[in-house]
Amino acid sequence: MSVLVDNIDLFWEGFLRSLEIIVFALVGSLVLGTVLAMMRVSPAPPLQRFGSLYVALVRNSPLTVMLFFTAFVLPALGFNAEFFWLGVLGLSLYTAGFVCEAIRSGINAVPAGQAEAARSIGLTFGQSLGQVIMPQAFRSVVPPLGSVIIAMQKNSAILGVFGVGGDLLSVGNRLISAQGFAVSVVFLGVWVGYLAITLPTGALLGLLERKVAIVR
Amino acid sequence: MNARRPLTGIAALSVAALVLAACGGGDDTTDTDAGAGATDAGAEATDAGAEATDAAAGGGDFAEGTTMAELAEAGSIRVGTKFDQPLFGLANLEGTPEGFDVEIAKIIAGELGIDEGSIEWVETPSAIREEVIETDQVDMVVATYTINDERRERITFAGPYYEAGQTLMVRAGEESEITGPEALSDESIRVCSVEGSTPSENIREYLASDDQLTLFSTYQECVDSLDNNQVDVVTTDNVILLGFVSQSDGAYAIAGETFTEEPYGVGIEKGDVEFCEFINETLAAAEEAGTYVEAWNATAGAIEGSEEPTLPEPDPCS
Amino acid sequence: MSTSVLYDAPGPRARRRSRIISVVSIAVILGLLAAAAWRLGQQGQFSPELWSPLFWPGDDDFVTVWGRVGTGIRNTLLAAAAAIALSLAIGVAVTTTRLMLGRGGRLPVVVLVELLRGTPVVVLIFFSGKILPALGVGLDTFWQLVIGLTLYNSVVIAEILRAGVAALPRGQREAGLAIGLTKRQTLLTIQMPQAFRLMLPALISQLVVIVKDTSLAGIILTGPEELLRIGEQLRNFFGNPLQVAILLIILFVTINVLLSRLATYVERKLSESRSKVSSDLDVDADQVADATTADDRRTDAGDASGHGRRVRARPGALSRRSPASRPTQSANSVGPDDRRAWRTTSPDNPGG
Repeated sequence: MSVLVDNIDLFWEGFLRSLEIIVFALVGSLVLGTVLAMMRVSPAPPLQRFGSLYVALVRNSPLTVMLFFTAFVLPALGFNAEFFWLGVLGLSLYTAGFVCEAIRSGINAVPAGQAEAARSIGLTFGQSLGQVIMPQAFRSVVPPLGSVIIAMQKNSAILGVFGVGGDLLSVGNRLISAQGFAVSVVFLGVWVGYLAITLPTGALLGLLERKVAIVR
Repeated sequence: MNARRPLTGIAALSVAALVLAACGGGDDTTDTDAGAGATDAGAEATDAGAEATDAAAGGGDFAEGTTMAELAEAGSIRVGTKFDQPLFGLANLEGTPEGFDVEIAKIIAGELGIDEGSIEWVETPSAIREEVIETDQVDMVVATYTINDERRERITFAGPYYEAGQTLMVRAGEESEITGPEALSDESIRVCSVEGSTPSENIREYLASDDQLTLFSTYQECVDSLDNNQVDVVTTDNVILLGFVSQSDGAYAIAGETFTEEPYGVGIEKGDVEFCEFINETLAAAEEAGTYVEAWNATAGAIEGSEEPTLPEPDPCS
Repeated sequence: MSTSVLYDAPGPRARRRSRIISVVSIAVILGLLAAAAWRLGQQGQFSPELWSPLFWPGDDDFVTVWGRVGTGIRNTLLAAAAAIALSLAIGVAVTTTRLMLGRGGRLPVVVLVELLRGTPVVVLIFFSGKILPALGVGLDTFWQLVIGLTLYNSVVIAEILRAGVAALPRGQREAGLAIGLTKRQTLLTIQMPQAFRLMLPALISQLVVIVKDTSLAGIILTGPEELLRIGEQLRNFFGNPLQVAILLIILFVTINVLLSRLATYVERKLSESRSKVSSDLDVDADQVADATTADDRRTDAGDASGHGRRVRARPGALSRRSPASRPTQSANSVGPDDRRAWRTTSPDNPGG
């Protein structure tokens, strides 16, 4: 156990680094995902197609391939940034595909009559989406979006090996490989670290879900 | 009873998939490079015939209970090496590694009466080399493996079989600005190395900040990043870097001299003194017979700028 | 075309505007692609020797390369198949245990499920790849990967099955008990088979997640030679990261699209032979399906996710749309955390 105690600051730093990744990726994926969802429900067919193609690609290929693209292919295209930001971008781009689907399913769950009513009183596409559909969709979006967010938190563990480094799993790997510490204790530290992120998020989302739940 | 079928279905599916998977694992060993440790049975069985003649040459005369006797008996050996390092251990198109490390491993295996077809190559990136030995996933590691005291606490080293030294590689044209490790105190210079490697630890003292250092699991990723302007320097041992320079058509250059000494050893299970001594004797014999230099010339010796090595004095086994 | 309820059948002005948006967006997308292509061309990324070993059958290395790729595909699929098979077996056991035990008795199971579900798969592969060997469990990397994937996916599948059981009409269980079956018999012969059926599409989409997750082996383990590792070897050999990445995307998308098609097909087959009971559920589902627009279903049919078709099996949508199924859940006394189960069993779950 002394490994944990002696290296508690390393674990703590790794924990913070993971949190940092998660927070940025959360913002990034929500923004990108909303844009994508709007593309998919927009009246412009090319945007719809782009949206569905993007979603199909992202949902069917591994995050590792996406991270490989942002860490090695984007810089090759002249898009240079710190590996941290490239990693966050990759995780955001990946998660956005799932956020998009969660939002879209929420929009589709709003009864057609709502949109029809909005249209019949003369609201434009933007108005009916922003003032009528979205506020209602939000409620049914919470559960699927919650699972997407938790999955994203867990996926953040993969970023470390794409040049980001310093996150919880990387710390664990380093303690084991470079310094030869008792593996099971290190594992325990890493595990607890991730649980400390995902379990409270789950509880929080459960609470939010109950708050906004609607019975139709 | 109709309702029961899906469950039976699950069971059937499970069994089928497991059987398939098990078969798949078995198939792999015929390639010998599959990294499939527990499925040796098939390979051993098929090799047994082929080995019978070889065994007479090398297999029979080892003392009972030694690692050598066990390996010679089994007729196969699991060797950890790099798969991404030109000249030392680089996987070819078939997925079999080639290079100086690989040749050294073949020399040792040959002395045990094991032909190269019966060597199972396991990819061992720098960070996991001690681990695979400690957890018995390989019988030995020959993977540009620098001998040092910290590692000696976990494993035993035979050799060294080669003396390398750490140096820097930059994009061609930049070697006039970055002339050695001292130049890295400039915080704007980004350095890349491999997680868990000696060079990555050595270089830290020259850096102004740890943020300058990017660590990947393989050198290829560092080289790609150098190409992409994501890092400015790749640092590791001279011979490894020479390999990348030779492949790059003049895109990269070595900057400055070597600034450390990196004796490469063969990693084996801690405390296996007999095996260690056996490897040292084998290496000495190989130098005598000229196969050591042959191995070098066929691999790392083929590129410009490399010098033909002489076998270093072995360290005492412990 | 624009049959979405979100906007009216467009008039002349709206049509013009929509055309302008379309043209502009096509221009922007093409512009970005062209800029990327130009940049790639400048770097010589289009030189044939980077592409032809992977994509041109006339190339000398093509056969060898695809032999290796075949190995990768085989190992990826085998690992995924083994993982889903083990996960199903364990998932059934976990669900059964959980539903059979009383409130206090099932606590350890619940805790274990929650702990494993809250852990990244890669951390569990870390466990099977580093902790198990240290504890003296000697397995080859193929099984290390399979065990890591199974640790995570068995609890996910357990939750999927539990959600399926909870979504069944309460009459199923009551009828079982009424004809004298024990609780366990009812669960195993009446409820579980139906739950399995109901959730089959969700199970297959979990397989898609598992196929993707096999690529995590490259991060922690030394093997097996799954698709991503083969890709890395090819990249190291030919020095063409971009081309290899494109090849990998094509392969993964193809495999997973085929799997999703399989899900759709299986689902249709099942609905053809469906009993009266589950057609009750279908009514709700049809309502949901109706709520989705025709346009939506069109894109989804071509979309690998098969999302639209899967609405029926999506318990999240189901429970929201059908108040009738709510009491059913509580009648089954599954516990207060049902809704969390819904959340993670959605096929939208990115997994990992």
